[in-house]
Amino acid sequence: MAGARVIPIRSVARKQQQQQPAGSAPVRPIPSMDEVPPQDEKPDDQEQVREESAWERGLTDALAFVRKRLTGDYEVDEFGFDRELTDNVLFPPLRPLYEKWFRVETIGLHNVPAEGGALLVANHSGTLMPMDAVMTGLAVRDHHPAERHLRMLAADLVFKFPVLGALARKAGHTLACSADAERLLRNGELVGVWPEGFKGIGKPFRDRYKLQRFGRGGFVSAALRTGVPIIPCSIVGAEEIYPMIADVKALARLFGLPYFPVTPFFPHLGPLGLVPLPSKWYIEFGEPITTDQYEAGAADDPMLVFNLTDQVRETIQQTLYRLLTQRRNVFLG
Amino acid sequence: MAPNVVLVTGVSRFLGGHLAARLAANPDIERVLGVDTVPPPRDLLRRMGRMGRAEFVRADIRNPLIAKVIATAKVDTVVHASLSANPGSTGRTAMKEMNVIGTMQLLAACQKSDLVRKFVVKSTTAVYGSSPRDPAVFTESMGPKDLPSSGYAKDAVEVEGYVRGFGRRRPDVTISTLRFTNFIGPRIDTVLTRYFALPVVPTVLGYDARVQLLHSEDALAILERATLHDLPGVFNAGADGLLLLSQAIRRAGRVPLPVPSFAVQPFAQVVRGARLVDFSPEQMRFLNFGRVVDTAKLREQFGFTPRWTTQQAFDDYVRGRGLRPVIDPELVTDAERGIRGVLARLGR
Repeated sequence: MAGARVIPIRSVARKQQQQQPAGSAPVRPIPSMDEVPPQDEKPDDQEQVREESAWERGLTDALAFVRKRLTGDYEVDEFGFDRELTDNVLFPPLRPLYEKWFRVETIGLHNVPAEGGALLVANHSGTLMPMDAVMTGLAVRDHHPAERHLRMLAADLVFKFPVLGALARKAGHTLACSADAERLLRNGELVGVWPEGFKGIGKPFRDRYKLQRFGRGGFVSAALRTGVPIIPCSIVGAEEIYPMIADVKALARLFGLPYFPVTPFFPHLGPLGLVPLPSKWYIEFGEPITTDQYEAGAADDPMLVFNLTDQVRETIQQTLYRLLTQRRNVFLG
Repeated sequence: MAPNVVLVTGVSRFLGGHLAARLAANPDIERVLGVDTVPPPRDLLRRMGRMGRAEFVRADIRNPLIAKVIATAKVDTVVHASLSANPGSTGRTAMKEMNVIGTMQLLAACQKSDLVRKFVVKSTTAVYGSSPRDPAVFTESMGPKDLPSSGYAKDAVEVEGYVRGFGRRRPDVTISTLRFTNFIGPRIDTVLTRYFALPVVPTVLGYDARVQLLHSEDALAILERATLHDLPGVFNAGADGLLLLSQAIRRAGRVPLPVPSFAVQPFAQVVRGARLVDFSPEQMRFLNFGRVVDTAKLREQFGFTPRWTTQQAFDDYVRGRGLRPVIDPELVTDAERGIRGVLARLGR
């Protein structure tokens, strides 16, 4: 891909990483895959036995993991993020989806800093499930050299639902509010935000890749207050997985949802309708927009906030158009 | 400035009683008065008497008589530790009377007395509420998204309001408001300690609360420090770190019993009826979403770092109570060793 230029962010630690061409599809094996097998209860069906010692080590690790789980011997951070559970149980079933179903290609991952706070801002879609957010999180975890966890900011609706809310907290995500965003950024975390919110995820198919209003620019204020860079992120492919052809307002009101989607397969095919279309995905991480050059109190200047918000939005929109013109086929890429 | 005469409310319960005993053991303090409607349990009374000269005054803080006690004893420091979360046998109406009306009377008495220089109030982090729309970590400047409509949390919000009003009218008085998280420890008896002692622990299906605790000894030390030093302000008081509810249950070796949320209310009533654990609706909400507070102000401004983290405090409680795990960790370790042995033999 032509657009990915290499700019130095962390000179020493990142040198080696930048030697290799950034921008092509990552082909190296995922390191975490052969460390701990992703079993939750039964640790006996190993996937690939290469040699005896690796097999035994894997088993020992798996058993230790199960024991730690059963006796509550693990740590969660103040947001409820359970790193062990996320890496060993939540991520593994998503990998086939990432690699085989959507065949995600990342571009410009070097634009994501290896350490310190940063705010990743992306276009939102998905209708039934925020698959774009999940895949972006996996991309940063598996293919970024620092194997960072993306801490996402989610709507309060997520935390109201049973199971979903608890899972989101364990995966390290939190409520989209300035207090939580700034706290995560100050702690040096990589934070992901989808400022279009429900307007983005619930837009009809004909509006695909047309960015909606970017909230009220709260994410820019958070970045300004903490002085972290904003990384515009453009996701192509995600907007075709569940084409929304209608929105049943009455049902949405009945269930207290922001919209009630109808796709070619949902809701009339039931759970089958939840199977996403296998579109080919590209996730491009753009050049960071720095915010630490502004003086303190810049976050209280609404004009600056609006301008920065527009800059981020325009960058993502332009990148989306460029990626779309380069794409020949929705499913083949 | 060290206090001369200290009045402690709520001495019939753990925090008030032990605080009075500790203060009485301090030679710099001239006199310690403990006030409550019921006398402290015998062992506590003995401790108060043995360790020093703490005097117990059987008085109701809802009664104007308290003003006379404060005036005649020349009280200069009041520690209001009687705010209670447990309705107990008296019922919710009496609890509210005690919490809110008692505080009003006590504050009125303090306002009248020119000698009172310091007022320490034990509040709770329940004032922040507990809902899915709340930020993950509360700082002292945040308020609840939905004001608690009833129960203990509402009492605490009202009590804090009256204390603020008192502070406006008497700017010369140093006021420390301490918002405590839930207490845990081998010695203290709360709703939570009884909850985790149940062999089968009911939880809300699909929710896993983040629980921040504070060891009861740390709580005592914090109250003591606020009494002995001039530390005005509102402080969150909680231990570092947190436990997920499911994790805590596993650490205690209990068996969780997930109850779907629609069945929680009737279920809680059964549990309450059986006098196992007194679950109020806000406690159920707490079990849904949990609550975590920022304690940077406690460490930096107040100058206190809790000795136990949440995990350590919880483990100390499990050990100290001698909770016999239903799921024995030894058993799990043995099973792990067994499976590994069998598979190693098979692999050979």
